[in-house]
Amino acid sequence: MRRVTKIAAAGIASAALACSLTACGESSTEAAGKDKGVGLAFDVGGRDDHSFNEAAARGTDKAVKELGVKSKLMTAKNGETEADREQRLTSLAEAGFNPVIGVGFNYGNSVNKVAKKFPKTTFAVVDSASTAKNVYGINFSENEGSYLAGVAAALKTKTKKVGFIGGVNNALIQKFQAGFEQGVKDTDPKVKVTSQYLYANDDKGFNDPAAAKGKAKGMLDDGKDVIYTAAGQSGAGSIEMVAAKKGAWAIGVDSDQYAQPGLAKYKDHILTSVVKNVDVAVYDVIKSVEDGKPLHGTVHLTLKQDGVSLATSGGYIDDLKGELDAAKKRIVDGKVKVAENPAK
Amino acid sequence: MKKIDRTKLTLGIAAPVLAIVAALLITSVIILATGKDPLHAYAVMVDFGSKSDSQVWIINKAVPYYLSALAVAIGFRMNLFNIGVDGQYRIAAFFAAVVGGALTLPGFLQIPLIIIVAMLVGSVWAGIAGVLKTTRGVSEVITTIMLNSIAAAVIGYFLQEGRLAVKDGNLFHTPDLPASSHFFTIPTQPDPLDGFLVVAAVVGVAYWFVLGRTRFGFDLRTVGRSESAAQAGGVSVKRMVITSMLLSGAAAGLIGMPTLLGVSYNYGTDFPVGIGFTGIAIALLGRNHPLGMAAGALLWGFLERTGTQLEFEDYEQEIVGVMQGVIVLCVVIAYEVVRRYGLRIQQRKVGEELAAQARKTDKAEVSA
Repeated sequence: MRRVTKIAAAGIASAALACSLTACGESSTEAAGKDKGVGLAFDVGGRDDHSFNEAAARGTDKAVKELGVKSKLMTAKNGETEADREQRLTSLAEAGFNPVIGVGFNYGNSVNKVAKKFPKTTFAVVDSASTAKNVYGINFSENEGSYLAGVAAALKTKTKKVGFIGGVNNALIQKFQAGFEQGVKDTDPKVKVTSQYLYANDDKGFNDPAAAKGKAKGMLDDGKDVIYTAAGQSGAGSIEMVAAKKGAWAIGVDSDQYAQPGLAKYKDHILTSVVKNVDVAVYDVIKSVEDGKPLHGTVHLTLKQDGVSLATSGGYIDDLKGELDAAKKRIVDGKVKVAENPAK
Repeated sequence: MKKIDRTKLTLGIAAPVLAIVAALLITSVIILATGKDPLHAYAVMVDFGSKSDSQVWIINKAVPYYLSALAVAIGFRMNLFNIGVDGQYRIAAFFAAVVGGALTLPGFLQIPLIIIVAMLVGSVWAGIAGVLKTTRGVSEVITTIMLNSIAAAVIGYFLQEGRLAVKDGNLFHTPDLPASSHFFTIPTQPDPLDGFLVVAAVVGVAYWFVLGRTRFGFDLRTVGRSESAAQAGGVSVKRMVITSMLLSGAAAGLIGMPTLLGVSYNYGTDFPVGIGFTGIAIALLGRNHPLGMAAGALLWGFLERTGTQLEFEDYEQEIVGVMQGVIVLCVVIAYEVVRRYGLRIQQRKVGEELAAQARKTDKAEVSA
C-alpha cells in the first residue's frame, strides 16, 4: 500500500511540475515577425498534385509575379489532427504572413478558430464557410461543373457505361458525384453511372494514386469508357490507367489537367476537366489584402459567375459545344437545379 | 554480486545512450545530405519546443499517443501483435460520439458513460480478433489489420447524412455533445492543458501495477515468454489471449476521448486517423515500459511541434518523419545489440567460472 501512495505522490508531483513548467517561460507568440507576404497551407498532396492544391498555388504564383509579394507554402501530412492544422496556421500568422490561406475543407474549423487570435491578419479558406470577421470563405458549385462533365460523358461514351471515382466519401466529394450523375441521367437515361470511392473517411484518398489506379482498372475492365475522378493527387493514377486503354476517356478535376506538364504523357486521353477557379479566388484575396481592402465573409462561386467551368483544351469536346452550352444555360437560368447530394 | 549489478546498470544505460547518439548521427548526416546545417536545426527545435505554448501543445498531443502505446503494449507483453488499435479507437470514438450526442445528462453521468461506451466498443472490436485466434487459430495480425478496414467501412456507412451524422458545410459529423460532456482542462498559460492527461497517467499506473504486480500480469508475461511453459504452469492460454485483447481494446477505446471530449465534441470526417500506428512506434520506443512510453509520446509530440518550425527555416518537411523512423530503428537495434553483448558477457563469465572449477577439480585429482 505504501508503495502505491508513493507512486501516486510522485505522479502528482511530476504533473504539478509539468504544469508549473508550462506556466512559465516565453510563449512563442510573443516573438512575432512583420509582414512577410502570403502564407498558404495545403491539404495533403502538396502543391504538385496537378489538381486542387496546384490551382491554389497558381493563384499565389500569379500574385508573387504581379503584386511582388513573397510567399510561404506548407503542406499537411496524412492523419493530421486539428492541433496540427491550428499550429500550421498559427505559425504562419505569427511569422507575419498576411493573408494566411487554408486550402481545403479540412482547414474549415482551424482557420476560423486561429483567425480569432490574429484579428489584424486576413485569413481565407477554400471549400469552407467563414464564421469569423477576418475570414474569407471560398466555396464553389462543384456540382454544377460536374453536371456538365456528366453531359459530356453521356455524349462521348460508346459502351453506355461511365464511372465516377471519389477520393474520400465526404460531403464535398459527394457534390461532384451528385452533379455528374445528374448530368449523365438528364442527357441520356440509358447510360449507367457507377460511383465509387477510394476511402470511406481517410484523407489518404487524396494522395493515393495507386488506389485510384486500381479502381480505374476495375471500371475499365467492366467496360466503362469514361471515368471522372475527383480525388486530388490520386486522380493522376486514374488518368494514367485510363490512358493505357484505347478509346477510353478520363475527366480531370480542379485544374485543367490537360495542361498539366506532369500529366502531358496522358493528355490525349483527357477529355476535359471540371475546373474550379481556386487560382482566381486565391489571387483575389491576396490582391484585396495588398490593396488594403481585405475580403471577408462567405462566397459561393457558381457556374454563373464562372467559379467552375469545363476545360476545352485538347478540343475533344468541341463537337459537343452546342449541347454543353445549352446545358450551361439551363443551369445559369435556373431551369435545372443541380443537386448537392447524390440520389439514393 | 555487486559487480553483476554494475554491469547490468551500465548495460541498461548503454542502450538508450547508444540509440540517441546513433539517431542523432544518422539524422545529422541526412540533414547534411540535403545541404543544410543539422546543428542549427537542433537549436531551432530546442528553442521553439521549449516555449510555453509549445510545452502545452506537446503534452496535449502526447496524451492520445501515450494511451495508444499502452493499448499496443498490453498485447506486446503477451506476444500479441494488435495492429488493430487504429480501427478500435476510431470505431469506439464514433459510437461513443453517437451515444454522447443523443443524450443530455449531467456531466458526471454522461462523461463516464461516453468513456465506458468507448472502452466497451473498443474491447468488442479487439475481442473479435481474440475469439478468432483462440477458436479458429487465425493470426491476430491478420484479423486486426482487416478489422481496421471494416471499422473504417462501418464508420463510413453510418457517417452520412440521414444515418447517424449531420452535414455541416463540407463535413459530416455526429451531433455535437452537450456542453455538460466537455472534459475539464487544467488552466495553464497561454493555453490550457487537456484534463485527460490525468486519465492517461492513471491508466499508465494501472498498466504498471496490473502487469508488474499482480498474478494476472505475471501469467500474462509468462504466456508472452513461452506459451507451453505457461500452459504447464496451469495458465489457460486461451483465456489470457481473450482477456488481453479485451484489455488492449478497452485501452484503445480511450485514445479518441481527449479529442472527442476536449477538442472536436463530435466524430466527423476530420477525426484524426492513424494514432493507433503511432502507438506501435511509441510502444517499441518505450520498450513497453510505462515511463519509457511516456517519454516516447512526449518525444513524438516534440518532433511534430518543432517540425513545422523547421519548415520556416527552409528545412524539408519530411525531416521530422525521417527522424521518427530513424529513432525507432536505432532504439530497436541498440537494445538488441546491447542485449546480445550482455548475453555474451554472461556466457563468458559462466564459462570462466566453469573452467576455473574444472581446473580446481583437475588439480584435486592430480594431488589425490
